[in-house]
Amino acid sequence: MSLVRTLSLVWAALLGLLLLTLGASFALTGPASLAASLAIAVAKAALIYWFFMHLREEGGLVRLAALGVAAWLVIFTLLTSADYAMRP
Amino acid sequence: MSERIELHEPFSDAAQQHEAGMLGMYVFLGTEMMLFGGVFAVIFVTRALHPAEFVAASQKLHVFIGALNTGVLLTSSFAVALAVAFARAARARLAAGLLVAAAGLGLVFLGLKAFEYTLEIHEGLLPLFSRPANFSGPVEHLFMNLYLVATSLHAIHMTIGVVLLTGLAWRIARGGVPLPGRVALVENSGLYWHFVDVIWVFLYPALYLAR
Amino acid sequence: MTMDNALERRPNPDDLNDRGLSETQDERVSYLRAGHTLRSWLLTTDHKRIAILYLISVTLFFFIGGAAAALVRADLLTPQADLLTNEGYNRAFTLHGVIMVWFFLIPSIPNTFGNFLIPLMIGARDLAFPRLNLLSWYIYMLGGLFTVFVLIAGGVDTGWTFYTPLSSMFSNGHVVMVAVAVFVVGFSSILTGLNFIVTVHKLRAPGMSWGRLRLFVWAHYATSLILVLATPVLSVTLALVAAERLFGLGIFDPKLGGDPLLFQHLFWFYSHPAVYIMVLPALGVVSELVAASARKPVFGYRFIAGSSIAIAIIGFLVWGHHMFVAGQSMYASAVFSFLSLAVAVPSGIKVYNWTATLYKGHIELDPPFFFAASFIGLFVVGGLTGLVLAMLAVDVHLHDTYFVVAHFHYIMVGGTVSAYFGALHFWWPKMSGRIYPRIWGRLAAIFIFLGFNLTFFPQFILGYLGMPRRYHVYDPSFQVLHVLSSAGASILGVAYLMPFTYLFWSMRYGAPAGPNPWDVRGLEWTVPSPPPKHNFEEIPVVTGPPYDYPLEREGDQGEAGDAAEGNAAEGNAGSRA
Repeated sequence: MSLVRTLSLVWAALLGLLLLTLGASFALTGPASLAASLAIAVAKAALIYWFFMHLREEGGLVRLAALGVAAWLVIFTLLTSADYAMRP
Repeated sequence: MSERIELHEPFSDAAQQHEAGMLGMYVFLGTEMMLFGGVFAVIFVTRALHPAEFVAASQKLHVFIGALNTGVLLTSSFAVALAVAFARAARARLAAGLLVAAAGLGLVFLGLKAFEYTLEIHEGLLPLFSRPANFSGPVEHLFMNLYLVATSLHAIHMTIGVVLLTGLAWRIARGGVPLPGRVALVENSGLYWHFVDVIWVFLYPALYLAR
Repeated sequence: MTMDNALERRPNPDDLNDRGLSETQDERVSYLRAGHTLRSWLLTTDHKRIAILYLISVTLFFFIGGAAAALVRADLLTPQADLLTNEGYNRAFTLHGVIMVWFFLIPSIPNTFGNFLIPLMIGARDLAFPRLNLLSWYIYMLGGLFTVFVLIAGGVDTGWTFYTPLSSMFSNGHVVMVAVAVFVVGFSSILTGLNFIVTVHKLRAPGMSWGRLRLFVWAHYATSLILVLATPVLSVTLALVAAERLFGLGIFDPKLGGDPLLFQHLFWFYSHPAVYIMVLPALGVVSELVAASARKPVFGYRFIAGSSIAIAIIGFLVWGHHMFVAGQSMYASAVFSFLSLAVAVPSGIKVYNWTATLYKGHIELDPPFFFAASFIGLFVVGGLTGLVLAMLAVDVHLHDTYFVVAHFHYIMVGGTVSAYFGALHFWWPKMSGRIYPRIWGRLAAIFIFLGFNLTFFPQFILGYLGMPRRYHVYDPSFQVLHVLSSAGASILGVAYLMPFTYLFWSMRYGAPAGPNPWDVRGLEWTVPSPPPKHNFEEIPVVTGPPYDYPLEREGDQGEAGDAAEGNAAEGNAGSRA
């Protein structure tokens, strides 16, 4: 069953990314560390959504629903941090 | 396979019902995501306001227990993904077994989490259980408050997930959920479980790995 | 509406004494008669019955919130504190705000008319998840009754906004309990929004493309997007306030390094879009009423539909305008000010297109038209004063004055409540199957309009002169305007009660309405009034655009010309004589 193989590979990739983010936390500090850990978390979430949560098989609508929420979180965080970043 | 799917009012065909169910579940998970979004916003703002103290507080957490727990959760997600695949192929016993395994890994996660909380109580770090005077400063206190709120909110979702998966596995094993006729039930429970996993994927670096 | 036809549709046309007291054939098989037990109502999954459950409960909360408003206005008659104590006054306006916002305005139009009409308008037998729909009503009632319980237990005095650190550290009301009630009712909003989104995507009848959806459906789709994206943030915010109060969390407490202003970011990320949850469905209703009044194709259909989506999206980018004087970064404020001005564009598009639709229309002075017309006027005043408040410098003068109170009441009460009553008058014959006396509908609309303006216009002046909101002891020089406002409120209160007398009267004594009493187009007017339990005997196939009224002039090009072409598959009864 090739699906089982695909899912196993995704699982291995997820564990690999976990080790990577753990390693990055020892190597990097400050904004670089934050950026690395966020990017790796996004990559892991993308793998889970795409393969485990069937986005791969679904139509554009469901993909849009998933991406839309991500976009809204970005709006929320960006505009809020705009205030904190620019306070005197 | 589609003729064997059970149809409910007001849908007229299986594809429509499947897409509606999938979209509904994704929208629901989107609302859950926004709920945790508020918590993440608070975490990021706190880090932005007090970068140094935030990192110092984060370093006191048990980063390897957290990593182990992340691995446990990712593995449980893998088990659920396999369970859905087998449920679609009508291999009910295998699917039920994998769901039980995933729920078991969920219990391992909760057990490790509880162990971590006890360690923190001994170190005088866990709010509600430790005196505020034990904290090195107000931001550490605030950080640990956030940590407790975020992880306990996640643990509540985990507990719901464990109950959901166990109940589902039991019903499948007893033949109460004909497969693949009602595979949507397995898919949706699986989606919920993966979502809880995704939340942890973000909570772990946000809380444990701030450097 | 032609009375003669209605009389012919009586159950016994030969009996002149039978004024519609007995059941018509349509009524015998309608959703209203599909089961008479209480159980058949409380366990129904029929979207029409759930809409009626919501109609009753939402209206009930409207009058509870109205009673609190009456207390507030009575206390403001004099500059002294004579009717209510300081504490009592704070609790009265908080109660008014909490009940009106979460238990009336947000569910008002979507959960009643949206629930009733969306499946009918898109040609579906029900919403996508009928049981979730019922669950949403139970959750709503649970939250609502809990709020009433808190009210009896003593209430809360923070204002509906629960600003920290007042709510988290100093207030001695039942903040946690009210937060729980609002948290609970949030799930009702989420379930409704989810249901509408999936329904509009997946249950449209064959041929019902997005370009053929009614504007009411477009508006509700946009509303649902806000409901599902914004409500969870409110839930988590209120949970954090409750935790802050109970356990001293510190997120909003500067002593622990937290930030009180963070609460306002979280709160207004929900609550400003929530304003659009309240007004977008009203805009959808008015689009329908305007098209039905003019009886000609809607001018700029695509722009009205698109502007609903634009409002939903831009509405998420403006929340910072509530925090101009709260200590927010000036640069962030400038960005929010610009975006707040931008959100006026889609609102303006709607108003212009309604006006253009009405131009040279076949307007009959039916009650729904009166409500639509007063909505447009009040919405323009409310919207333009919103632009005034979005200006950074002007807001410094007007922030937290009665000007703000007047502004949002023009939108919420002048807008949404007018549209709620307009929708009630327009679709009442469809929901109940009976016609009410039109003259009373017109009078109610006129009294609501006059009472409303007398109540709230003086508040613009009060605010401009410097009367702060949420004060009940004020400078005696403001008294004249306050008395005017309170006098208007009493007219408004009576006017709001009027419809319930003649609408109830019509249920028993009104003439049967027939499928299309207003002689307008749309799928919901092709089924009997009241509709049968399963809406359509057969799922309709749509072949033409919405609002396909005939055009008089030849040689017209553009949208109107297109609209006239494909004829209604709906087999509409309304060919105008």
